[in-house]
Amino acid sequence: MSIGQEVTNTPKPAPAKPVRRLADVIFAGTARSSGILILLVLVGVAAFLIIEAMPAFTADSKDIAGGKGFFSYIWPLVFGTAVSSIIAIVLATPVAIGIALFISHYAPRKLAGPIGFVIDLLAAVPSVVFGMWGLQVLAPQMGPVYKWLENNLGWIPIFAQGSTTGRTIVTASIVLAVMILPIITSVSREVFLQTPTLHEEAALALGATRWEMIRTAVLPFGRPGIIGGIMLGLGRALGETMAVAIILSPGAFTWALINSGNSTIPADIALNFPEASGLKLNTLIAAGLVLFVITLIVNMIARYIVDRRREFSGAN
Amino acid sequence: MTTALVTPEEPKLDHGIEENPVRPAPRFAWLIVLLASFAASAALFAALGFSIVGVIIVGYVIYLIAVTVTYSAMAGRRKGTDQLMRSLIYGAFVLALIPLVSVLWTVISIGAPAISADFLTKDMYGLKGVVDKAVVEQGAPLQGGALHAILGTLIITAIATLISVPIGLFTAIYLVEYGKTSRLAKSIRFFVDVMTGIPSIVAGLFAFSLFGILFGIGTKNGIAGAVALAVLMIPTVVRNSEEMLRIVPNELREASLALGVPVWKTVTKIVIPTAASGLASGVTLAIARVIGETAPLLLAVGVTMKTNVDPFNGPMNTLAVYAYNLFKFPLNPGYRDPSLERAWGAVLLLVIFVVLLNLLARFIAKVFAPKTGR
Repeated sequence: MSIGQEVTNTPKPAPAKPVRRLADVIFAGTARSSGILILLVLVGVAAFLIIEAMPAFTADSKDIAGGKGFFSYIWPLVFGTAVSSIIAIVLATPVAIGIALFISHYAPRKLAGPIGFVIDLLAAVPSVVFGMWGLQVLAPQMGPVYKWLENNLGWIPIFAQGSTTGRTIVTASIVLAVMILPIITSVSREVFLQTPTLHEEAALALGATRWEMIRTAVLPFGRPGIIGGIMLGLGRALGETMAVAIILSPGAFTWALINSGNSTIPADIALNFPEASGLKLNTLIAAGLVLFVITLIVNMIARYIVDRRREFSGAN
Repeated sequence: MTTALVTPEEPKLDHGIEENPVRPAPRFAWLIVLLASFAASAALFAALGFSIVGVIIVGYVIYLIAVTVTYSAMAGRRKGTDQLMRSLIYGAFVLALIPLVSVLWTVISIGAPAISADFLTKDMYGLKGVVDKAVVEQGAPLQGGALHAILGTLIITAIATLISVPIGLFTAIYLVEYGKTSRLAKSIRFFVDVMTGIPSIVAGLFAFSLFGILFGIGTKNGIAGAVALAVLMIPTVVRNSEEMLRIVPNELREASLALGVPVWKTVTKIVIPTAASGLASGVTLAIARVIGETAPLLLAVGVTMKTNVDPFNGPMNTLAVYAYNLFKFPLNPGYRDPSLERAWGAVLLLVIFVVLLNLLARFIAKVFAPKTGR
């Protein structure tokens, strides 16, 4: 009681005013505006692409390359981009999950670090190197494989007319698979390592073999991470330029994936841009805009999945 | 029946693990199976005509089947599955090493002979196809080099770093010290992550469009290339720096603020020095990531054979674009080998840069890390 009275009796001191220093305001403002600048850059990328792409959308359809308008110009490229990325994902995912499990649950502890470093290094090798390697080393090896596929499975449209040079969209996809391997591996490895040790030990204590422990404890826990990694890999494969531009011998749309022909949006831009001018330039920028929108959607889904995962992982 | 009345039915545990017991298996049984499988495969191919790739593929498949069967017989079906999955996982790892080793071997074996004093100190200006014909037919030494490309790579990457490090670092500071979980900070974080996925060629198109609108369509110079690279680099810098600033212990900040030190001084004198090694290694990794970019530079900077060190004026060349250009359009289409050799030489230099930057990043992170513990 007496304490309460004491408080009411003494005059209330004014709440301490936070000291505002000019340097603080400037520093906070700079930090904040850099953050906003990044958002503006992203908006700017979209805006400048739209401005420069506009003429291609509004132009007379006869003036667009191919003479049938922008839509019929872009759809074979979208098809090629999607097909090559999907093949790459299908090839890379099982291998990447295998490597991630190898690093997180099979390799000796001392080896796990260096192996992770080597895999990260694979991610840092410039794409032009993979392209040159794909054309000079891989493509000649694939020629006989395509001939064999044509002779034995040629009645399936996809395996008709095997290319002898190996400069096909499938070869490009294999190289893409190698290139996206590190990203899927590193995302999956991160979540596998986060698996609660108690879950793993519980499985082992119930008499599980190592694989049963992985199947019942690690994989269910890591599934969102794997899916996120796959989506990120997909985003990278969709936008990969040089490997496809170098390896593929591009051409019109064809179902025969082991033959030359087909093309992807980024490869088409890289191959035609240096000589392009006028409306052709606008068309290529419009193609880039389409690619930008596709990868933006894929990446936003991927980030959404990965981030949702992050909220759970705090609870272990 | 009677027991069911006394004790309630035991709940069926669904932990997904079969109750089949596992018996111990001899320790090195898999090694014997492995050797036997490859021996069988080699014998098979010796009869059909030898092929090393065939031996390995067929040997591995035989091994997968054999190891599953042996372990199932010796130690139960569950152990068989376990061994099969183990073999597949080890196989995936070996499979991934093949392209890595093959790429490095190709780069070194073809690229190394191209590198000479001339290659590092001369450009390609004025070289004609005749020169390469002489190289192939008369064994003349390789002419021309990549000096212009080396200089271009260094200049453009340096400018890109100068643009992206301040922006990236300040954004990271905002995210960690000011924004925290505010809505702006959350959306910056999300869109920075999304930006990591922007295709490099789109960054090139952006820089080309931006400079086209500002300075007339078709403007290609080093600065445009640096802007394109900065768009690709900023997200990496933000992400790496944010992670590093976040692990600075809060006690340090609180101690500093409690002494009456203003926030900006706390950040610049306490937080950043503590995280300096991590920040530096993050920036180094970001540089390693963009130094080998080809597509954006091809669009925004163009190609030239001449040494040009003025990033504000006219096209420049970079190692990756140099390699791509010679690989795709050899100096003398009739005699491709000298051009290919130059291309692989340039690529070797690029890979050396990348590996050195990666090692440097590890070194900085390890050696200059703040001492923890007391």
